[in-house]
Amino acid sequence: MKVPLRDLGRGLWSLLSGMRVTLGQFFKPTVTVHYPHQALKMPPRFRGHIELVRDPETGKAICYACKLCERACPSDCITVEGVKLEGDKKKSVTEYRLDFTKCSLCGACVEACKSNAIRFSHEYNLAGRSKEQFIMDLFKRLEAEGK
Amino acid sequence: MNLPEPYRLLIFLAGTLAFVGFHAAYLVWVERKGAGRFQRRPGPTEAGYAGLLQPIADALKLLSKQVIVPPTSDAVLFRAAPMMVMAPALMCLAVIPFGETLVARKVNFGLVMVFAFGSINVMAIMLSGWASRNKYAIISAARIVSQNVAYEIPMLLVAITLLMMMGTMDLQEIVRKQAGWFWNWNLFQLAANPLMPVTFLIFYICMLAETNRAPFDMAEAESELVAGAFTEYAGMGFGVFFMAEYANVVVGCSLATILFLGGWQSPIGWLPGPWWFLAKMYFLIFCVVWVRWTFPRTQFYGLLNLSWKILIPVSLFTLVLTSVMLKLF
Repeated sequence: MKVPLRDLGRGLWSLLSGMRVTLGQFFKPTVTVHYPHQALKMPPRFRGHIELVRDPETGKAICYACKLCERACPSDCITVEGVKLEGDKKKSVTEYRLDFTKCSLCGACVEACKSNAIRFSHEYNLAGRSKEQFIMDLFKRLEAEGK
Repeated sequence: MNLPEPYRLLIFLAGTLAFVGFHAAYLVWVERKGAGRFQRRPGPTEAGYAGLLQPIADALKLLSKQVIVPPTSDAVLFRAAPMMVMAPALMCLAVIPFGETLVARKVNFGLVMVFAFGSINVMAIMLSGWASRNKYAIISAARIVSQNVAYEIPMLLVAITLLMMMGTMDLQEIVRKQAGWFWNWNLFQLAANPLMPVTFLIFYICMLAETNRAPFDMAEAESELVAGAFTEYAGMGFGVFFMAEYANVVVGCSLATILFLGGWQSPIGWLPGPWWFLAKMYFLIFCVVWVRWTFPRTQFYGLLNLSWKILIPVSLFTLVLTSVMLKLF
């Protein structure tokens, strides 16, 4: 008789202490991020799709269309075109097409680039309605950002 | 107010319907907000200020859906079950005194009436399970019957304990006898029965089990039985079961308030009124939500063991103790 009563008392006490714990949580501030209204900052090593880097001095893309990234890409998703402008030593990029539908974010292009002209972006809102939205021209993107 | 009887009853009918409808809709909001807060998240926030339009949005969504009656089911019973689960909860509110004069019908056996209509709820859920002709629904129906048979007994034993103390079944009279400061409430009548708080706890646990609230929601048990007896219901058919669950919680908490916490009596001896009733009822409802988001669902044999091995012996003991105390003093 004594043991069951003791067990009953302990069981009841454990229930009450459980309820005390949840009530403690009830009055603490929320910890969730309210996504469409708020968003977390992506960590520096987050791998979004690649993007061209702007040269801080000239304000143009560092990339001079050497096509090392195009060759390094195992999935064949990068196409780079460039022209040599009058008076410049190097070529400058005119088209940088990334087929993101095939990209596996391996980073071989970023590693291959000798002048650090491409990097991973922190873009993660990538929902789209058509395949064409994911075949993007990173050069046009850079130009559009500049304006 | 001295209105002629038919008008008074009509007003009370409309009032009761509005009361149940409002609570059934907004307790869902309370539940979701509470669940959110207990888990450190904000709960619904998008529809209206603090998600206050969420129940209306939910209702519109459910109303716009087709009510599907499965071809192999018993169509009459299938359609009757949602009505039968909602109507008793409405009936119970007819005798519940919200204030000194605020009661739809003074019935001098109100307590029995509440228990009688309260038990129809079980039959309605059993019928819905049976009529669905679905294996999960049948398992759920079998569970709810054994669960409610088990929990009806300690609940009624507690009610008998109170009846012996109060000597009346009129709910209004029971509340009147608890007038004055809060130590006059039945919960603190330790002279009549030193185990009164335990009795209240038993009543509350049985109320949770009778209304199929977590941790005793074996009838629904979504992780094992899809949605139990409600599996085959779509649209507002399901919505009515959902509303009935909250309506039954309201009735259960009202009854607990009346029997143990002095109904509309004020805890500090002055200004008695319906607001005290509502405050106490909402506190008990908050506890229902609190319990739900604290404890995981019990297993079925654990549920029956709790009733047959603990609650029934303890409530029988308090019954005997009360009768001995009444005889001696």
